Amino acid sequence: MKTELSPSIRTSRAQTIGLRWSRFWAEIRRDAFCYLFIAPFLLCFTVFIVVPVVMAATLGFTSYDGFGKLHFIGFSNYIELFTQDIIFLTKALPNTFLFALIVGPGGYMLAFLFAWLIHQLPIRIRDYYTLAFYAPSMAGAVALSVVWIAAFSGDRVGYVNHFLLQMGWIDSPIIWLQDPKYLMKIMILVSLWISFSVGFLAMLAGLQTVNRELYEAGRIDGISNRLQEVFYITIPSMKPQMLFSAVMTIVSTLKAGSISTQLTGAAITPQYAGHLIINHIDDYAFIRFELGYASSISVMLLLVSYFAMRFAYRLFGSKEEL
Amino acid sequence: MIRKLRRTSPFQVGLVTVFTALAAFMILPIVFILNHAFKPQNELFLFPPRFFVRHPTFRNFESLFLHASNATVPFTRYLFNSVVVAALTLTLVIVVSTMAAYVLAKYQFHFKQLIMSMITLSLMFAPETVSIPRYLIINGIGLNNTYFGHVLPALASPVAVFMLVGFVSQIPNDLVEAAKIDGASHFGIFLRIVLPLSVPAIATISIFTFQGVWGDVETSTLFMQTETMRTLAFYVNSLLSGLQNNVAGQNLAAAAGLLMFIPNLIIFLLFQRKVLETMIHSGIK
Repeated sequence: MKTELSPSIRTSRAQTIGLRWSRFWAEIRRDAFCYLFIAPFLLCFTVFIVVPVVMAATLGFTSYDGFGKLHFIGFSNYIELFTQDIIFLTKALPNTFLFALIVGPGGYMLAFLFAWLIHQLPIRIRDYYTLAFYAPSMAGAVALSVVWIAAFSGDRVGYVNHFLLQMGWIDSPIIWLQDPKYLMKIMILVSLWISFSVGFLAMLAGLQTVNRELYEAGRIDGISNRLQEVFYITIPSMKPQMLFSAVMTIVSTLKAGSISTQLTGAAITPQYAGHLIINHIDDYAFIRFELGYASSISVMLLLVSYFAMRFAYRLFGSKEEL
Repeated sequence: MIRKLRRTSPFQVGLVTVFTALAAFMILPIVFILNHAFKPQNELFLFPPRFFVRHPTFRNFESLFLHASNATVPFTRYLFNSVVVAALTLTLVIVVSTMAAYVLAKYQFHFKQLIMSMITLSLMFAPETVSIPRYLIINGIGLNNTYFGHVLPALASPVAVFMLVGFVSQIPNDLVEAAKIDGASHFGIFLRIVLPLSVPAIATISIFTFQGVWGDVETSTLFMQTETMRTLAFYVNSLLSGLQNNVAGQNLAAAAGLLMFIPNLIIFLLFQRKVLETMIHSGIK
């Protein structure tokens, strides 16, 4: 522009801003179709992800029953959560910790182990094994609950009981799904069973991308066994897929709370044996309607998921993303 | 090649044997549900219990489809809802995510960086945990008891957009430019070039979107108060709640569970090759 070139003419600040503004608008109008294309996604994204997260953060500081008025009560919810909520502290928290630690990293490592082993198989038969491992997760938790309920039935007709009785390992049938001693173990077992999901497929695909020549190079550089091969060559070469898989695992582990309800048929499990944080949220939100308190718990869960994801990105992400 | 020859060893033979056993073990639930779904009522009460069905029958499916129509909400209604919701969601997710990914990957515009970083950030936590505000929002804008209540929350799928951005950006720019010179509109480019070329990525997204929607009980439980708007997954889930330590009805639930599994299997078998392709080329980078 002329004004910028000749220093003698002093343009007023307002004019420059006006100019920038109009250029900005012109550019927006030029790119209108971009905004048009992205609008549907952005709208849903805002309404169902951004706003809920902000709302949860706000509701966490209030006392709200869904009908009456909002009362801001500051950090009371959080203080109560960590000092007075005995069920949260003695049941939900340790249970979730145990469950998430085994089903999350455990399931993830199992998925990698089996993906790696499948990759060692001759190419012709790989697909059948992939299908066998993937099928349970494909059927989904809801459909498979039919199986678990029949298998772990508490009488002599239950398949597991019958088998154990037959083998002489137990004397009388065990009421698997109602007994606090076993419920958690069964929850973990069945969650692991369906943990070979999309992330598992990603890993399998990732294994195919690893450049074979790297193994030769590694051998020359002194890699002597398969374990070293996996750690120094395979995993670093398939980081994107490992990361994708980790993200999927974290999300599905956090969502897995409904498994206890499906197994026992009750929203609250016997003696809170299978009570996870997500059940605790459902309990307070949709049974007691203390939405403010429930939101504060879900904010905690959100934070946990954030740090878990960050950890995954630290492990497998490329440097510039952090 | 040399490696391959060296490796046809006891290791592989052992591996195949152990693995076959493991795979058979893993697939047990599927075999079970398949057998259970075809068991007549009297075989459920056999002692000792039998794993395999002896006289397979279609009675269970018949009673699901016919007898359930006497109930307040017939089974077919749940099935219909599920099909409508899954089809709508799948189509819309594909169109909406690909459109967003196309402009994000190929054009520069204001707020692009902001949008991208928001998507990346949202990958960092699980929005599924904030079901309460979602419930309030759905109620607030009056989407409860409509199909939109099922579909719209699923459209906000940052993972899908992220995978697609990675994939679309690999489409050569020259192709897009050439189409522009030939007089194609933005929508034309999207329809004729971007959509067909990102088919592998779309297949992947279809698989996990479909699985998510088809097996989702959350939208039915939280957003739908009228029974007639709830989906098959919800119905199967509600069949389960009476089943603990109760043998009668297990076959019916198994039949319904099998109906939940089969569409997933079909979609997977259709798209499997494409999926492995995409996972190789894109994924989160």
